[in-house]
Amino acid sequence: MAKQPNDGKPKVPDDTGTEGIPAPEGAANLIDTDYVIGQDNITASPLGIDVDLHGKVFLFSSLVILFFVIATLALQDQMEPIFNAMFSFLTTKLSWVFLLGANVFVVLAIVLIFTPLAKVRIGGANATPDFGYLGWFAMLFAAGMGIGLMFYGVSEPLTHFGTAMGGTSVENGVRTDWAPLGAAAGDQTAAIDLSMAATIFHWGLHPWGAYAIVGLSLAIFAYNKGLPLTMRSIFYPILGERVWGWPGHVIDILAVFATLFGLTTSLGLGATQASAGLHYLFGIPDTNTTLILLIMGITLVALGSIMLGVDKGVQRLSQINMALAFLLLAFVIAVGPTLMIAIGVFDNLLGYVQNLPALSMPFGREDANFSQGWTAFYWAWWIAWSPFVGMFIARVSRGRTVREFLVAVLLVPSMASVVWMTAFGTTAIDQVINQGITAAQDAALELQLFTMLEYLPLTTITSFVGIVLVIVFFVTSSDSGSLVIDSITAGGKVDAPKPQRIFWALIEGALAIALLLGGGLGALQTAALTTGLPFTLVLLVGCYAIVKGLMSEPRSK
Amino acid sequence: MFKKIMVPVDLAHLDVIEPSLKIVADQAKHYNAEVCYVGITATTPGSVARTPEEFTQKLEAFAQERAKVHGQPVSTHTIVSPDPIADLDDDLIAAIDEVGADLVVMPTHPPKHLDAIVPSHGGKVATHTKASVFLVRPGAGE
Repeated sequence: MAKQPNDGKPKVPDDTGTEGIPAPEGAANLIDTDYVIGQDNITASPLGIDVDLHGKVFLFSSLVILFFVIATLALQDQMEPIFNAMFSFLTTKLSWVFLLGANVFVVLAIVLIFTPLAKVRIGGANATPDFGYLGWFAMLFAAGMGIGLMFYGVSEPLTHFGTAMGGTSVENGVRTDWAPLGAAAGDQTAAIDLSMAATIFHWGLHPWGAYAIVGLSLAIFAYNKGLPLTMRSIFYPILGERVWGWPGHVIDILAVFATLFGLTTSLGLGATQASAGLHYLFGIPDTNTTLILLIMGITLVALGSIMLGVDKGVQRLSQINMALAFLLLAFVIAVGPTLMIAIGVFDNLLGYVQNLPALSMPFGREDANFSQGWTAFYWAWWIAWSPFVGMFIARVSRGRTVREFLVAVLLVPSMASVVWMTAFGTTAIDQVINQGITAAQDAALELQLFTMLEYLPLTTITSFVGIVLVIVFFVTSSDSGSLVIDSITAGGKVDAPKPQRIFWALIEGALAIALLLGGGLGALQTAALTTGLPFTLVLLVGCYAIVKGLMSEPRSK
Repeated sequence: MFKKIMVPVDLAHLDVIEPSLKIVADQAKHYNAEVCYVGITATTPGSVARTPEEFTQKLEAFAQERAKVHGQPVSTHTIVSPDPIADLDDDLIAAIDEVGADLVVMPTHPPKHLDAIVPSHGGKVATHTKASVFLVRPGAGE
């Protein structure tokens, strides 16, 4: 809550009336448009529940979602090959689009930090931040990738290490191995370097570059330009007033689709993994009942969190999460090969920088399996998630300067990924090469973290913390996702009636359960990932919009 | 008896608060009290205003309109929140002390089952403040 200068004092009548729109706090440059936020909304009170929705976006995104769910449930065997073919076409034939696009986002984000444009403040020259650094950063991180770090922290370095050690193999002139770049056959040190560089590459600057572009363009166009907080607003510099019509509707519907299916399928697949972990650790039966209870539990906590709002709900949960994750990280560093990890952080950072040009090269790659199957897959995933994460980041970033924003969204999380991946990856690789324990390497992907923890002290406690972290990371994704979907389908309003948020959180849970029982989660996830392609183009427009938008902003001192 | 009446207003739904505005006017004249109109706005652009500053300006204009109706001194207080729907109750309760009001007049809906899940704002405010609270039902005074 911020105080305004007019607090509580009687005022003499003034004649400013309602004419003219004052700028946001301090100097800023509003876009002049006749569009009134919510003008296309439908308000009603069916069954005593108030709703306030963008009619077309809500109706069509609901219909598209309903169609896809029914089609996947009813025609599973027919739909799955179609989605798979679509996706493998994208990641093989068009992998260069993802790789090139992601490079553009990272380069622009880094260059912007060092330009005078970085002095612009989100929300106007005198705006003050809504959240403290710690809470802000915790929310960025939890929404951005929390859950993935839990699963890939151990499994990805181990996998790349294994394939790099295996060297390259060629059949009919095509590489059949999955090793990154030229592999490192039999050379342990080189294989560690390469596997860590490849892992950090997937979790470092590139994902956060995509998030930063969406987040920054939305934040600038909402807080400084006065446009609604929905995806369509970043198209204003190109489409002008047409963004309020169908071109804008389509962009928003696509964003709802990607966000909802991204969340639903992650919720379903995540519950599967959490349930496998619970079974492995505590012998809890890995049945449909466990899965349903898990999803219902996650949804209920997420409901509580969105009822409490961004400040008291999402922020607090994210902080709890970050504290727990930090404890687990500190524990692994302390009881794992501490010295090896400490040296590894610098080695891996150096290795990442050295291998970055080769790993991010969009054309002429010889390691097709790696660059398409791993990198392009990840890029599609990050980009498909970017409307959700970017919108949420934008929403909590008012009052920060562009430079603060980019450092906090791009550099700090990338460093955190380096430390996290190094700690978990090095410990796991150390078990394999120095202790001769291959249990983690041999385990199923979703169990590798827990198998690694088993060979460290205090297994019961750390594994339990691991499971809790997985679940709470899902809650924070689910609640921030519901807020984002609600505001897109309400035409950019963040103050639409509360039952709408509840509706979206419930829909996510219900869809996840239906798809888990009926099958087709994987297929729908593939469908969500295919939205990565159109969103790569949306993000490229975002790059143009950011520069254009920032150029016309006054810079803070 | 009452010196300062706080009136939470939703500038997007003036029709809903119309009955309570009439009551406020009568009470203010009766007690010769100052009326403080309180509005809450999101930090993001919304239907009423595109910036918090524009919102403050509109709230001020609204208060001046009301002053012409009841002739009592008016003031305004703008609450800016990143998530107004969730923070509304707590922000209003804090605002009562901040503006130093001894009476709060606000509209509310009749009790309904949904209150168990989404409690009414008026009810929450009334149970969390020392100030007197007057909850106005729809159609009151007609």
